[in-house]
Amino acid sequence: MVIKEQISLKNITDNTTVRLLKIDAGAALKSRLSAMGLLPGTQFKVINNGHPGPFVISLKGSRIMLGRGMAAKIFVRPI
Amino acid sequence: MANETKKITVALTGNPNSGKTTIFNSLTGMSRHVANWPGVTVEKIQGRCNYKNYQMDIVDLPGTYSLTAYSDEELIARNFILTEKPDVVVDIIDSANVERNLYLAVQLMELNVPLVFAFNMSDEAARKGLIFDIETFSTLLGVKIVQTIGNKRKGLDSLLDEIIAVSQDKQQDYAARVKYGSEIEDELEKLRAVLAVQPQAIAADKSRWLAVKLLEQDGDILNQFSSPELNDTLQASIKHLRGIFGEEPETIIADRRYGFISGACQETIKNTVEIRHNRSDMIDAVLTHRMFGLPIFIAMMYIVFDLTFRIGKYPMAGLEYFFGILGRFIGGFWPHGQESLFKSLILDGIIGGVGGVMIFLPNILLLFMAIAILDGTGYMARAAFVTDRIMHKIGLHGKSFIPMLIGFGCTVPAIMACRILENRRNRITTILVLPLFSCGARMTIYALFIPAFFPLQWRGAMMLAIYFIGIIIAVIAAKILRITVLKGEATPFVMELPPYRMPTFKAIVIHMWERGWMYLKKAGTVILVISVILWFAGNFPRPDVNASNLADSVAARQHILEYSITGRLGKVLEPAFRPLGFDSRVITAMIGALAAKEVFVAQMGITYAMSEHDDVSVLRSKLRQDYTPLQGFCIMLFCLISAPCVATIAATRTETGKWGWAIFQWVSLTTAAYVITLAVYQLGTLLSGAIN
Ligand SMILES: Nc1nc2c(ncn2[C@@H]2O[C@H](COP(=O)(O)OP(=O)(O)OP(=O)(O)O)[C@@H](O)[C@H]2O)c(=O)[nH]1
Repeated sequence: MVIKEQISLKNITDNTTVRLLKIDAGAALKSRLSAMGLLPGTQFKVINNGHPGPFVISLKGSRIMLGRGMAAKIFVRPI
Repeated sequence: MANETKKITVALTGNPNSGKTTIFNSLTGMSRHVANWPGVTVEKIQGRCNYKNYQMDIVDLPGTYSLTAYSDEELIARNFILTEKPDVVVDIIDSANVERNLYLAVQLMELNVPLVFAFNMSDEAARKGLIFDIETFSTLLGVKIVQTIGNKRKGLDSLLDEIIAVSQDKQQDYAARVKYGSEIEDELEKLRAVLAVQPQAIAADKSRWLAVKLLEQDGDILNQFSSPELNDTLQASIKHLRGIFGEEPETIIADRRYGFISGACQETIKNTVEIRHNRSDMIDAVLTHRMFGLPIFIAMMYIVFDLTFRIGKYPMAGLEYFFGILGRFIGGFWPHGQESLFKSLILDGIIGGVGGVMIFLPNILLLFMAIAILDGTGYMARAAFVTDRIMHKIGLHGKSFIPMLIGFGCTVPAIMACRILENRRNRITTILVLPLFSCGARMTIYALFIPAFFPLQWRGAMMLAIYFIGIIIAVIAAKILRITVLKGEATPFVMELPPYRMPTFKAIVIHMWERGWMYLKKAGTVILVISVILWFAGNFPRPDVNASNLADSVAARQHILEYSITGRLGKVLEPAFRPLGFDSRVITAMIGALAAKEVFVAQMGITYAMSEHDDVSVLRSKLRQDYTPLQGFCIMLFCLISAPCVATIAATRTETGKWGWAIFQWVSLTTAAYVITLAVYQLGTLLSGAIN
């Protein structure tokens, strides 16, 4: 896989669809995100890059809110 | 006997917002019973449902997305299922979001327990254009599925029928249906082989689940099984899998679960229309708008606050009136003019104490009505979104904003409102700093002192300053707590934004009722006991009032107070509080105010032998004679920071589950008050000395 394309989620603008590449976080947080459906390979759409507030994404039909700190730890590729 | 009732136990699980509580309420009606799970502050809700000739004891497990060992809620849910072995586990699934909700469902299948799936919200799913082939779905998963609409009570009888059917036929192997791919399956086999020779007895139907949990490096399971042999096998497996996939086994297993889910969904769900979240997105565009979001939130909070305290005033006045009449009625049993101790105990100690407990009830009921509405409509999640950017700077969750705001009205309902915070550290931090938000009762102290010492044009600013000092200390205290006693990974902010919904009237009423009852039962008793103790301290030992020549009762009251434990304590403590500018009268009033902050004003009145007919301005002018403005300010400052009232202590103890936190809160706030007031008074005296 070409790694150079990965961008931190916090730099993604509204209404962009992306694919999740990797999450830079501890096991607890990764597991929590998996339970909400956020796993490497998952596709989702950024609904609101609410700088400076939290993020809203649309994933498998539901809306999920992420803190900005977390968005910085999630790496994606726009598709 | 054909008609003998059979007893079965049923556990309800489900994601947050799947409609679990709604279904639980419909099944159990008013037979519900709320307690806390042992050792943690997660609620344990139980109820009973009689159906056909079955008596079902239903337990509402905490709403979770998963069954890991990372959170209290998930551990509780999973341990309940494993150790209590309910006859049937019902997973409430939001069928409008079926893929995500099935993640928990698959983990329940892994646990190999008797299962029924309720595909709830089927009205919303239909509106979204989702059509399910329930029969095929059920065959693919091997689990019975019932479609329900929780808030319209549709499908509940079929659900109960399936529960009964499953309770009679438990010979199902759900776990084998979830496949993780050959690489992982191979490792699972190796682990199961080693598990089989462990000293611990392992039920055959749980060994697959245990192997999966070991691969996921589940802390709780690793602690239970830690033989060198098992460890070696596990490390080898994990290393092997990392090598193949370049990921942690945990991630791969999660990925395989979703794979299994989407496989099942593809075959059984047809999506006919493409409208999703349209309405909710439109509302969100306004309510979480970058500029309007915060003002709208503030307006909403204003309404909540107003509702709680302004409307709450009327039932509170009613209660006060009622207790007044009750007091006079009971007082009437004693001949006029005769002062008996027993009378005082009944009137001031007990009726006063019960009144003191009841007086909070209207606020609590109204506040929880407002919270139930905010939560039920889905606005609460948006409020957290809007306030998060402010709150996370002090290490708290956006939702902490709500209890803090309520704290300006009264600390007791504010502490109870902390239940909306899921994270334990957040909840406790917020509870601990809440007394620093000046409540309505402390307002009475400021209202007495500020006009006594400050000229008219300074009064408003003084009042604001006092409020702000409280807020600033609270922010600092929260920060300190979050890096010391309540240290922990900054809570990851991940939350689902549920679509906007209309809450049901029944859900709101049940919520209010439950909170009100819990308050009376748990906090009420503590408040009552401490009030009686404080009454005792304020009345004993007793001088012989009738014998001494204190004709008027005003002087008698002053004398009784001075002679009592409280009054003596005031004198004993005087040297310790001299450096703060307090004399024994102030300290005596403060000890009395431990019961409730507003008592301070009344006690100052007694120590100055004010009669009830005197105007406050008389008291103010006496205060002005005896104290400097600096002393006045220091008294207010100390009242603000120190010694949260009895009701607050009781609420903290109930809501944190431990006396330890309540004591910690009381001691640290009082110590902080002492140190800060000392510094202010000493510096102030020095400065004024320098100026003169
Ligand atoms: N349209 C629709 N709404 C429902 C259904 N079941 C429940 N609701 C509503 O969904 C909202 C959330 O329901 P709750 O029962 O509080 O959900 P919960 O799963 O207990 O959620 P938490 O309390 O957050 O754990 C309420 O406003 C219910 O009235 C349903 O089948 N259809």
